[in-house]
Amino acid sequence: MDLASILTIEILGSVAVLVLISIGLAVVFGMMKVINMAHGEFLMIGGYVAIYAKNWAGLNFWVSSLVVAPLCVGLLGLALEWLVVRHLYGRMIDTMLATWGISLALIGAMTMLVGNTTTGISTPLSSVTIGAYSVSGYGIYLICLALAIFVLLYGLFRFTAFGLQARATTQNADMVAALGGNPRRIYSMTFALGAALGGLGGAALAPITGVIPTIGATYIAKAFITVISGGGAVIAGNLSASLLFGTVGQVFTYLYTPVIGEVALLVAAVVLIRILPKGITGRFFRRSI
Amino acid sequence: MSRILQTLALLVVLAGGMALPNLVELYTVYEVTVYVVMALLALSLAFIWGKGGIMCLGQASFFGLGAYAYAIAALNFGPGLLAVAIAISVPTLFAAILGYFMFYGRISDIYVGVITLAVSLILMNLVNSTSGPQYRIGAAQLGGFNGITGIPTLAWPNGTPLDPAALFRLSLTLLVGCFAAISLYLRSRAGKVVIAIRENEYRAELLGYNVALSKLVTFSAGGALAGLAGCLFANWGAFVSPTVFALVQSAQIIIWVIVGGRGTLIGPILGCIALQWATTQLGTQQTIQVNLVLGLVLTFFVLVVPAGIAPLLAKCARAVTPSRSRITAKEKQA
Repeated sequence: MDLASILTIEILGSVAVLVLISIGLAVVFGMMKVINMAHGEFLMIGGYVAIYAKNWAGLNFWVSSLVVAPLCVGLLGLALEWLVVRHLYGRMIDTMLATWGISLALIGAMTMLVGNTTTGISTPLSSVTIGAYSVSGYGIYLICLALAIFVLLYGLFRFTAFGLQARATTQNADMVAALGGNPRRIYSMTFALGAALGGLGGAALAPITGVIPTIGATYIAKAFITVISGGGAVIAGNLSASLLFGTVGQVFTYLYTPVIGEVALLVAAVVLIRILPKGITGRFFRRSI
Repeated sequence: MSRILQTLALLVVLAGGMALPNLVELYTVYEVTVYVVMALLALSLAFIWGKGGIMCLGQASFFGLGAYAYAIAALNFGPGLLAVAIAISVPTLFAAILGYFMFYGRISDIYVGVITLAVSLILMNLVNSTSGPQYRIGAAQLGGFNGITGIPTLAWPNGTPLDPAALFRLSLTLLVGCFAAISLYLRSRAGKVVIAIRENEYRAELLGYNVALSKLVTFSAGGALAGLAGCLFANWGAFVSPTVFALVQSAQIIIWVIVGGRGTLIGPILGCIALQWATTQLGTQQTIQVNLVLGLVLTFFVLVVPAGIAPLLAKCARAVTPSRSRITAKEKQA
């Protein structure tokens, strides 16, 4: 019984990690049909901002990871959207390549600034005991955080004026413009939101993994697979794909090694894409957000 | 006319290359060899992406698989033709299996890009994790992060290994040969279907061509070519490590093609050689990170010169040869 609940928490934990690394990418892909190759670097910079805000500015970990990191990375996203991405809307492949260039440039710039070493930060919560086992309290916090992100995003897209306009822009940008909306502004806000979510995720994961300028590469394979397999609907797609791949990955990690877990995740994704070429929400939950 | 000129140019390059090891010192030959090997890799992506329209962002997968397959085969069966055959067939087979899922699943370009990229990253993690002594294939210790060292150099059938000059000549001959073979293939009926699919996949399918099969063949051939480049690379350095699968490696191949010119075969080769030289120069100083420069170059080209340099050069060449441009203008009028 204890083992079962521990395993459940472990699986939910790896689902939460997938959500945290991919939800920003899912927002940008779902709402704008843009694959942001620099998303891994947004995660990386989020982690650095959180660490430096805590160590240098002396801020509380929760403030620096939940407020400062998303804010800074969101602003960075806004700037990059204005500089590069807005010139390429409608050219999916070119957007992907240009953001890949940004990704490389950010890796290079951060390496010059902080050097090619891992910076760590201590886990702020102690472990929790369940029967004969103990789980990390921070892992449970990550599960709650992922859940909170889903609830807030659902509220944002479902109940606010911005959410309504954003969903309308996804369906028909010209019609939104004709009705007096401003798709340009919606796009840049959405991109910034995606970047901020990346910053939040990166900061939340920093205590577990540490941060190094090249850490984006370890995240993005999984993030891309999750988003692509989820399909067009941001929340339903991301939740279903994260649940599926988080479970597959964690079960294989438990049985073999973390790397085998990753391989299993990829194989599952390639098979899934053969069966459902438009992702899970291309076939199921099509009318959801 | 242009066909004769092209053949002539290829023969000149080949002849010049054969003579090069006699003219310059050995170290330069050694250095130039890696340019040629990478040019072969650039050619593989120029073929499948520029001509075939398959956006493979993880071409490094096949390059790395070729390098590792050669290393493992050479350590087990000796550095002969069998090792080369294995080095080419492993990535080809891998590309065929991956391509089956992608092309018969009819997924869009973007998804192809993401899947191929993810594959290369996960291959890197997989190989990185093989550091224990239990990870060995026959006589070859995989070595994890440290890679495989002391890979035996390709040998002639009589058993003497190729010297650096011979390796250079072999690499250049293969590059020129593959270039010519691809050019010829693209003029054939099957090759024209490849171009047609790039231009309009839907129309090609409605005209009765088997789009998925054609893409699968193109993709596998590109994998074979990249694997061959990987095999030569393992020969060149006698060393292979998981960084052959790295994101930066895949990015570099893309950058060569973008800078040189998507849609041409010669552009990516020139772009590869120019950028290889530039990054080597950059690597000698410490202040500016190579990734920063490569990233900015990629973003700049996508934004400002999306067609790449080769079409730009061709335009300039036409501008300075007025007689020909007048003829084409007349042809257009007629």
